[in-house]
Amino acid sequence: MTPPKRRYRNAAATLALLPMAATVVFAYAGTMAWTVRVSFSSSRTLPASDFVGLRQYERLFETERWTLSLQNLALFGIVFLVACLVIGFLLAIFIDQRVRGEGLLRTVFLYPYAMSFVATGLVWQWMLNPGLGLQATLRGLGLEGFTFDWIVRQDMAIFAVALAAVWQSSGLVMALMLAGLRGIDESLWMAARIDGIPAWRTYASIVAPQLGPSFATAFVLLAVTVVKVYDVVVAMTLGGPGLASEVPAKFIIDNLFGRANIGLASAASTVMLATVLAFLAPWLHARRRPAHGGGAFAA
Amino acid sequence: MTLPTPRLLARFAAAAVLAALVPMHAALAQGPNRAEVIHWWTSGGEAAAVKELADAYKAAGGTWVDTAIAGGEQARATAINRMVGGTPPTAAQFNTSQQFRDLIEGGMLNNVDDVAQKNNWDRILPAPILGAIKIKGHFYAVPVDIHMPAWFWYSKAAFAKAGIKDEPKTPADFLAALDKLKAAGLVPLALGGQPWQEKITFDAWLAHVGGPELYLKLYRDRDVKTVQSPAFKTFLASFKRLKDYVDPGSPGRNWNDATAMVITGKAGVQIMGDWAKGEFQAAHQTAGKEFGCFPGFGPRSPYLVAGDVFVFPKTSDPAQLKSQALLASVFTSPATQVAFNNKKGAIPVRTDVDAAAMDPCAQQGLQIMKDATRQLPNPEMLIAPDVVGALQDIVTKFWNTNESVDDAANAIAAAIKS
Repeated sequence: MTPPKRRYRNAAATLALLPMAATVVFAYAGTMAWTVRVSFSSSRTLPASDFVGLRQYERLFETERWTLSLQNLALFGIVFLVACLVIGFLLAIFIDQRVRGEGLLRTVFLYPYAMSFVATGLVWQWMLNPGLGLQATLRGLGLEGFTFDWIVRQDMAIFAVALAAVWQSSGLVMALMLAGLRGIDESLWMAARIDGIPAWRTYASIVAPQLGPSFATAFVLLAVTVVKVYDVVVAMTLGGPGLASEVPAKFIIDNLFGRANIGLASAASTVMLATVLAFLAPWLHARRRPAHGGGAFAA
Repeated sequence: MTLPTPRLLARFAAAAVLAALVPMHAALAQGPNRAEVIHWWTSGGEAAAVKELADAYKAAGGTWVDTAIAGGEQARATAINRMVGGTPPTAAQFNTSQQFRDLIEGGMLNNVDDVAQKNNWDRILPAPILGAIKIKGHFYAVPVDIHMPAWFWYSKAAFAKAGIKDEPKTPADFLAALDKLKAAGLVPLALGGQPWQEKITFDAWLAHVGGPELYLKLYRDRDVKTVQSPAFKTFLASFKRLKDYVDPGSPGRNWNDATAMVITGKAGVQIMGDWAKGEFQAAHQTAGKEFGCFPGFGPRSPYLVAGDVFVFPKTSDPAQLKSQALLASVFTSPATQVAFNNKKGAIPVRTDVDAAAMDPCAQQGLQIMKDATRQLPNPEMLIAPDVVGALQDIVTKFWNTNESVDDAANAIAAAIKS
């Protein structure tokens, strides 16, 4: 039996949480359910209430642009995640050496993150444009053979987008990692130094494993960026050249509004949701059992 | 998860909130024949143009409530969401196309048959526009302008430098001119390599080189056999040949940056809608002096017809019905048409107007519109938005990759079949 006072306090807390709970139920779960429902209908401009089975999904996977978008997202995701984590970690280590002007450098590296993806995309669009940016400038300075035309090449355009995104986001990883590094006990460093362990080895074998939570936080934040990547593509390449840098979110938005195809857009959204859940499920499962899973996932 | 679907729902929610707010708003802006109009004309020239419509409506005794929303897609989505949410505007802008066909079928629009009959729309409006707005015998939209999405704009300086004396009269002339421009070290064709611009180039080339018949077989009849015929494949190959005349910096370029290449004489020709005129004007260039325009090759060339309309969401409120009828008749009156379209850079939807105040390109367009055999509806009037989108994806892929003509033809056939 709970003492009355405690019960009252619980009721107050529950009451305070109600608006948030309602938001989650109606605005998130509700709209997700609605989206899944619409994906099984023949909806075009307006939501329809009929039921056409998996027809929208069949059409979706017959659409070349959609399958290309998924491939592009995978390429972008891998490059973006790995590059951001590696560069961010290295930058953090670099700053952790108590370099002179640390405050200034930290600001410089973190600054891109303060910029929106649209601004980032526009800046890099100009820099990478072979007729205006880097290539034209260096050729103008006498480096006639210099070629850097990723943004207009079929096979490289998606990496040009990834380059811009990495530039924008690695500063964030640096900040997270630096916070983690500063939390490492000084005595560990002293012990390692006394034992004559080289600094790189200390970072690799002693410090990095302790940064698990920082890595996990950075990973989650970056992964969310990957799934919803849209604005940087629109600002940089508009999905081009051709379909070379199309991404799923752009496919969904285009079909939702411009192409008046709510059914197909909902099917695509549902596929994205299912994909994210498929990745998320093992992670959630591991977190459920902290006794066995260890502390590394406690992000 | 920030998947976009909750966003749509958020818009429905926003519409619901608006539903609560609008009556208050209405009380504030009470006046005779109150009309709330949603449109996406927000740039300088466009805003000046829509002011002509508003002034004409006020002069006719109406109260204009302006709801400008930047971006066509956003404006149309807002209009649709408000109709679904039960608080529709008095009128909403769409393109002269099939964008509002689902709304008609869903019974969400009022017709303006009375105004249309009284003003004889059947006689004064061009057939392609009637085809888009008159569905099953009822008039569901009022057209306000005609845009021609595929004019050829050229730099007189570039043509002179390349030794081109006359405007090309045939496709062969045009290709020869492009060769001369290339030999003179200029960019022959200024193209912004974005899917919609590539699609405009494709449509123009199809209408002028493939010919109106092939064009209509694809877009009106959706004829799979034609698409896989040698004639169509020859056209596809000749379209791809244009790529030799485009500079490597083309992919992703904005249309106005491509226009700037023509303005500065770095490039010879751009294929773009008549809205490009605004860029030339802003650079203090005049048609016929620094730049020239032609709508196609030779005196019988087809003229693509596109444009803007307003639709009238369903309502049974007699005051709103009256406002809708008044809007429809004001928008199409000859004086409003000329005043509006001069600022808009388009041409009036009717040819019985005074053309004296228009620029040479617009006058040429108006003259051509008098010959019904030269009018060709743009693809958006003939096929649904999602098929237009699918074709755009196919064209941009064909243009930018080494995809074979056969594969592209098959892809087009599959897209128009579905």
